[in-house]
Amino acid sequence: MSDIPPVVEFTGVHKTFGAYRAVVDINFQVQKGEFFSILGPSGCGKTTTLRLLAGFEEPDDNGGTVRIAGEVVNKKRPYERNLAMVFQNYALFPHLSVERNIAFGLEMRKVPSAEIPPRVKKAMEMVRLDPGQFARRMPAQLSGGQRQRVALARALVLEPTILLLDEPLGAIDLKLRKEMQLELKQLNKQLGTTFVYVTHDQEEALTMSDRIAVMDNARVAQLGTPAEIYECPRTRFVAKFIGESNFFEGVAQSQGPDGWRVDGSGGRFEVPAHPSITQGSKVAIAVRPEWLDVAPPDAVPPGENAIRGTVTDVIYLGETLHVLVAVADGEGERRVTVAVRNEGQLSRPIRWSKGDAAVVCWKPADCQVLEDA
Amino acid sequence: MHSLKLPRWLVAFVALVYAFLHIPLLVLVVFSFNASKYGVEWTGFTTHWYARLWERQDIIDGLKASVVVGVSSTLISTLLGTLMALAIARHEFRGRRLMEAFLYIPIVTPEIVVGISLLILFVLLNFPLGLVSIVIAHVAFNISFVVVVVLARLQGMDRNLEEAAMILGADEFTTFRRITVPLLWPGILSGAMLAFTMSFDDYVITSFVTGTGSSTLPIVVYTMVRKNIEPSINAISTIILIITTILIFAADRLGRDKPLVHSAD
Amino acid sequence: MNPFALRQRALAWFHRHKETQAWALLAPGFGWLVLFFLVPIVIMFAYSVMPRGEYGGVERGFTLEHYARFMDPLYIKILWRTLEDSTICTVACLLTGYPVAYVIARATKWRNFLMFLVILPFWTSFLVRTFAMIFLLRDTGLINTMLLKLGVITEPILMLYTPFAVMLGLVYGFLPFMILPIYASLEKLDLSLLEAAEVLGAKPMARFFRVTLPLSMPGVVAGSLLVFIPALGSFLTSDLLGGAKEIMIGNLVQNQFTTARNWPFGSAASFIVMALVLVAVMIYLRVRDRDTELGAH
Repeated sequence: MSDIPPVVEFTGVHKTFGAYRAVVDINFQVQKGEFFSILGPSGCGKTTTLRLLAGFEEPDDNGGTVRIAGEVVNKKRPYERNLAMVFQNYALFPHLSVERNIAFGLEMRKVPSAEIPPRVKKAMEMVRLDPGQFARRMPAQLSGGQRQRVALARALVLEPTILLLDEPLGAIDLKLRKEMQLELKQLNKQLGTTFVYVTHDQEEALTMSDRIAVMDNARVAQLGTPAEIYECPRTRFVAKFIGESNFFEGVAQSQGPDGWRVDGSGGRFEVPAHPSITQGSKVAIAVRPEWLDVAPPDAVPPGENAIRGTVTDVIYLGETLHVLVAVADGEGERRVTVAVRNEGQLSRPIRWSKGDAAVVCWKPADCQVLEDA
Repeated sequence: MHSLKLPRWLVAFVALVYAFLHIPLLVLVVFSFNASKYGVEWTGFTTHWYARLWERQDIIDGLKASVVVGVSSTLISTLLGTLMALAIARHEFRGRRLMEAFLYIPIVTPEIVVGISLLILFVLLNFPLGLVSIVIAHVAFNISFVVVVVLARLQGMDRNLEEAAMILGADEFTTFRRITVPLLWPGILSGAMLAFTMSFDDYVITSFVTGTGSSTLPIVVYTMVRKNIEPSINAISTIILIITTILIFAADRLGRDKPLVHSAD
Repeated sequence: MNPFALRQRALAWFHRHKETQAWALLAPGFGWLVLFFLVPIVIMFAYSVMPRGEYGGVERGFTLEHYARFMDPLYIKILWRTLEDSTICTVACLLTGYPVAYVIARATKWRNFLMFLVILPFWTSFLVRTFAMIFLLRDTGLINTMLLKLGVITEPILMLYTPFAVMLGLVYGFLPFMILPIYASLEKLDLSLLEAAEVLGAKPMARFFRVTLPLSMPGVVAGSLLVFIPALGSFLTSDLLGGAKEIMIGNLVQNQFTTARNWPFGSAASFIVMALVLVAVMIYLRVRDRDTELGAH
């Protein structure tokens, strides 16, 4: 490790509200200049984590430490932390004009008054808001997208080392959101500011982040780069929450040269070796739809796992097609989703239709063994 | 909006109810300009009865007393009520819900009960009945109303605004001064307007805790109504009506001020 | 110590003593209410269970005689009339107020203005409004004069100082209290529910009784409470419009404290009013909670 401490460090942080455990044993570090996302469904503790970092909440007594640039800030008030933040609802001061909103933080930090107007102007230009047109407007006179830019300018004008963003794109429409995602990412790289970004939108997190902390039920479920999170989900929750997954379960029977043979309810399959698997242990794997293929029962590619089933539906999605295959699962049935590249349904339609007997197949290495089998 | 049309009979009925609510007052106002001293025969336009009001020392004194009582009870109840609302909305303390429930009791208690219980207290304490005792009584029934109005405003206020100020570097004092107070101001003002209107209009409670020489305007008007004193009552009633209308109008405007929470889109 | 450090110390102290800070904010107002609202009511209760002394005062001791006096048919009658009048007034306000609230909630362009017209009398001096009623109803009042002029009647109809005048005055006085909460609940009503009912084949009457009315029940219940409570304690209306004939419990209280000078008995009567109000509030809270449980907003 380098001598420079991480910009943000959470060590065993706990926070309870009365009997409600909002976050439990949170550990992570954020490096300088990183775009770090905290991703999870509502109520998972992601907002509490951000509020702990901002200083709106304090960790429990003996509930771990929050460090900013190496310094413990557990008891520090928000205004002593030198942070900047963009709120979900923007929280623009309704009684102050756009320029007064942006200048507010500079005034609080006792920036000489001569320096304030040029810095406000620069910040507005940075977020592509025309100062001549918008500086004097009141927040109520702005559109959602414009308010969002003002909120961003109000934070960036302070030239913070860390910028906190609490679902800032949640309230604007899809097209603008895509545009802002790219802009935010650009700002992060161009300014060298560390971004800590809270979102419930997995696609957004994958697009923008250098690293993601996926939170579930008050804990960090997995920490990693977007590729690590998507391609090697460690738990069922992560596999399900980020992208789509098919799950196969069974009991480990025997160890081969490349992994384990597993007896599943729908059939036998092989999985790669994994430290959590021992003889007779339960095994669960996640397989992404695009890692699967669907084949006629008599044409299983050699060396691939195959599970028999019946096609129940073919869904047209544009870029891809989803073939839904019902496979036996104990006494009942389970639907497996297979993604197939669309090669043009008008010229070369796929051969599958409802009721066809088929096998779902995948290469043994193309799966992720889950730790919470 | 909706396609369902309102039936005619319903509209007619509602028009009648509006007439019932407003015609008595309109008649009152119109006849305050009637030249005839007796009855309701219209004999010509005059502002004589208004001029007469200024000759009556009891009315002038009553108006003065009402303004003094109204202003001082409004100032005190607005200050105390706002502080209480801040504590309830912004602080966790034991018994908070109990305190909120308690604040509603004065609102539902009949005025006559408030009036006589205060009378008993003042007599028991040998407290002189007069302007001071009236102000004490008015503050006691106004506080709860101020708390309710200011609390509604505070609870409708986006907490993120104060947090945003803090993360931008403002400490608690600065946040309160630069963000909370400016945003709360319309709520405080409309609470104050409400308090003043109620204080200015109150007869029941005042009648129990008033002493000689400290009659407020409603007390004077009550005596006039009892004694059936000529069209002067119409004139003074009209003046009271105008004053309250202005106050309600102002309170209404302030209460509706710019929205505190932006809709997200 | 320089001001900056002082400020820092103060902030730190406030942060550590949040509860103390809350009570510091509450103390003046709460103290005022305890001293000038709660304590007087407690004293009033004490008065109501003490023997009557000279000049309206009390003597040491404990007695329930003042409450026992309410068993007297004379007082039972007053009590009964108070309850009856308050109930009739509430029902009358409901029947006249509901249609008004309904129309305002459906109005689009005029809604604010119509609302303002309801709020205006709501805050207008009760005394002035009662006088306006006298002005219309008395023998030489506008109604009688006009009817005489038109030759409809030859002698003035007695309207003032009748039970009718009192009831009219009560409804006139408290009607806005009914309209405002009903309007509030009707305004929140999702109009697509009515369209859904229409699509499902509900006729206008069925739509009203099966959808609109049940969903506006919270407003109806709140409005009824807001009318019933002041009606219970009213005395100005029966005093000015009913003459001395139509006595309600409020008048009884007032008499005991002015002319009759029997403070303990007046306190007992006053406490009975207070108790009735509390019962009404309890019923209201029960009904409201049941409604919320049923999922009505």
